[in-house]
Amino acid sequence: MATYVAPVPQVTTHRAAPEQRGWTSWITTTDHKRIGIMYMVTTFVFFILGGVEALMIRLQLGAPNNTLVTPTVYNQLFTMHGTTMIFLFVVPMMAGLANYFVPLMIGARDMAFPRLNALSYWLLLAGGIVFYSSLFWNPPESGWVSFLPLANSNFSPSGGEDAWIYLIHLTGLSSLLGAINLYATIANMRARGMSWGRLPLFVWAILTYSVLLIFALPVIAAGVTMLLTERHFGTHFFDPTEGGSVLLWEHLFWFFGHPEVYIMVLPGFGIISEILPVFARKPIFGYKAIAASTVAIAFLGFLTWAHHLFTFPLPEALLVFVMLSSFFIAVPTGVKVLNWVATLWRGSIEYRTPILFAASAISIFTIGGISGVFLATFPIDWQVNETYFVVAHLHFVLLGGSVLPIFAAIYYWFPKITGRMLSEGLGRLSCALIFVGILVTFLIQHVIGLDGMPRRVYEYSPVGHLQLYNDISTVGAFILAAGVLVTIVNVVKSLRTGPVAGPDPWKANTLEWFTPSPPPVNNFDVVPLVRSAEPMKDIRREVERRSTGVPGSGATVPAGARQVGV
Amino acid sequence: MGHLLDTTLAFFTPQSGGSPQANHIDSLFKIELYIGLVIFVAVEGALVYALIRFRARKHSVPAQIRGNTRLEVGWTVGAALILVALAVITFVKLDSIQNPPNSGPEGSSLVSDDLANSEYASVERKLPPNGKSLEIHVIGRQYIWQFVYPGSSEPDGLGAPYSYEELVVPTNTTITLDVQSSDVVHSWWVPELGGKVAAVPGYSNYTWLKISKPGIFRGQCSILCGRGHARMIATVRAVPPATFEAWLAGRKQQLSEANRAAQVAREKLSKQTGAGQVENP
Repeated sequence: MATYVAPVPQVTTHRAAPEQRGWTSWITTTDHKRIGIMYMVTTFVFFILGGVEALMIRLQLGAPNNTLVTPTVYNQLFTMHGTTMIFLFVVPMMAGLANYFVPLMIGARDMAFPRLNALSYWLLLAGGIVFYSSLFWNPPESGWVSFLPLANSNFSPSGGEDAWIYLIHLTGLSSLLGAINLYATIANMRARGMSWGRLPLFVWAILTYSVLLIFALPVIAAGVTMLLTERHFGTHFFDPTEGGSVLLWEHLFWFFGHPEVYIMVLPGFGIISEILPVFARKPIFGYKAIAASTVAIAFLGFLTWAHHLFTFPLPEALLVFVMLSSFFIAVPTGVKVLNWVATLWRGSIEYRTPILFAASAISIFTIGGISGVFLATFPIDWQVNETYFVVAHLHFVLLGGSVLPIFAAIYYWFPKITGRMLSEGLGRLSCALIFVGILVTFLIQHVIGLDGMPRRVYEYSPVGHLQLYNDISTVGAFILAAGVLVTIVNVVKSLRTGPVAGPDPWKANTLEWFTPSPPPVNNFDVVPLVRSAEPMKDIRREVERRSTGVPGSGATVPAGARQVGV
Repeated sequence: MGHLLDTTLAFFTPQSGGSPQANHIDSLFKIELYIGLVIFVAVEGALVYALIRFRARKHSVPAQIRGNTRLEVGWTVGAALILVALAVITFVKLDSIQNPPNSGPEGSSLVSDDLANSEYASVERKLPPNGKSLEIHVIGRQYIWQFVYPGSSEPDGLGAPYSYEELVVPTNTTITLDVQSSDVVHSWWVPELGGKVAAVPGYSNYTWLKISKPGIFRGQCSILCGRGHARMIATVRAVPPATFEAWLAGRKQQLSEANRAAQVAREKLSKQTGAGQVENP
């Protein structure tokens, strides 16, 4: 009756404090895991709100000269959509994932400053509530970039613009405190043996995300404060009739705005770099190159902001410099994509939902990267900027670089967070719908822009094939929405009835899989010594070595070891 | 076959045909499009191939490769070289996109090289080699474009003819547009003629046109400027130079007659005495 029992590396927790219960414990928690969960749930709610706004935009554009919404409401819709997706979904969702997994991945028991961590979350929630309460009065309508002079008190007298300013301040402060916390955690609390060269790539990505936030956020904070005083306290920073300059706002905003997009995609790239090796069952190809290109992209990202201003009266030297820096940044970005393809090459790829989403992300992002080269060429930008061509580009890079990786992360890490597996069938359906939805919605938008339709217009005339193209795009948006809905159903269903996951359902490489699912409050009783960039592989090898598994050999098998199926 | 290729290409390229700037931008776009397509096929092809070819199968063993320095250096240098090539191509085409050619001999005689400096902050105005162009001010406001022809002002600098909604220009003439705004940021864009130009209050921004055949070209404001942004259309009507000059003279006439009528009305109003007298000037 000797059955072979494969040893499973396990941590038994003796020294954990009992888990706190009740809703009040969530309000007072400083546990990075609970804060991470709150971040993820809150930001996903905002994702849905932003998605509803997008669907309303696409419905309005479903017919030419449509009157589904008024021009004012339309302008409010795209302002809310863009602002929500960036400041209330992507950036804080990455913070949520980082909050949960960075301490686990580096072998720490919590963040460096747990109470500051809690403050970051509550500031985010406050910002979201302040922003969305403007729906009860007047939402902002000057775009997520808050163009000046349009956004000053002359042209936008309603309080919506102020709600936007306070959103930036509150979420900005939340992100800044979170960034400082993450940087301090990663710099100081790594497990013994985890040198910089053994840091998981997601942690590298979050490190650069934090540095970018620390350098970029003060600039936008200054800018929106100046906007606030411009609107209410009689300053004239941006008023040309009083000696100010409109271009000052543009430069201040985009000096933050461009690093912001790298803040959004670099963690997404980190997620892809974590998931591919696990499911291709081979190490990441070119760890050093990927880490180096992450840092290079972050640095170069500060030199390219003026490519959002190519149509503005700028000196030629600046136009040329920024075109070249924007071209240059394509090199480390392209290197990452090629490294990912090389990771898959000659692997043994298991088609599970996380890697399906990760591969979709690479595919979608590549399209966005190529359209970016057109936009970086400033004479071409003069034709295609401010049209649906750039709307297509930004959605391809953000959906590919941030949103699809977020879905990949949800499917990859849900077992660790909840202890249950998500349904593979629903996961594949969701991935297929989202991938197809993105292509149908946004590929045609390149053509819409090339045909001359600007962005941020509430109506258009049925010139050429514009109606057909817009209808295709609208249909695609609903396919995309259906895909998101399938994941929501999957999550809700699996929370109760999903199969039990165990500590390491994917046979993955990093330390978060060394804890039970979900991890106890103190994460690890004993933090293992780290010997490589793939500590779990070393641990599994060590356990395998110590317990030969020969029946009756007297080798020790850890308590709770699973039976291996055939 | 050629027609099919043209129609397909038109699907994937910006509009053009009205003025050389748009045409040159279009040809630069095509070059980048071909390069982009090659990269797209190569990268996406490799991705799809890897996903299919290296699926987990019974007995498949993943190769535990961590990198290949020569390959990585190779593709980094390769990517950089492609971008250098694109930059060089762009600089080669930049001159024809930015700098207008001389006005044609059949063009309007109203061209002049005596252009006043803008009263706003501005970048360098690009002029044709002989310096002569017809300058028109394009002034954006919520939600209409105004066009002013300063070259035809009176000697005292006032009385420049102006019009709204439709920019009338002579064919075969080099036209310099000085794009300005009187309230918020707008963007002047007529796709078939050239790139878009931001109209920023407090600044002058420049572009140029040279339209070879009479026609109507349509565009619209391309930077969010408020609630009426989608209705701020832009139209350019190109007419033969003689027609243009006649129209401009007629416009000037209309405006000075309107000014005189206003003068008369002001006099009448100033002579009004007592309440109860309501005169319709």
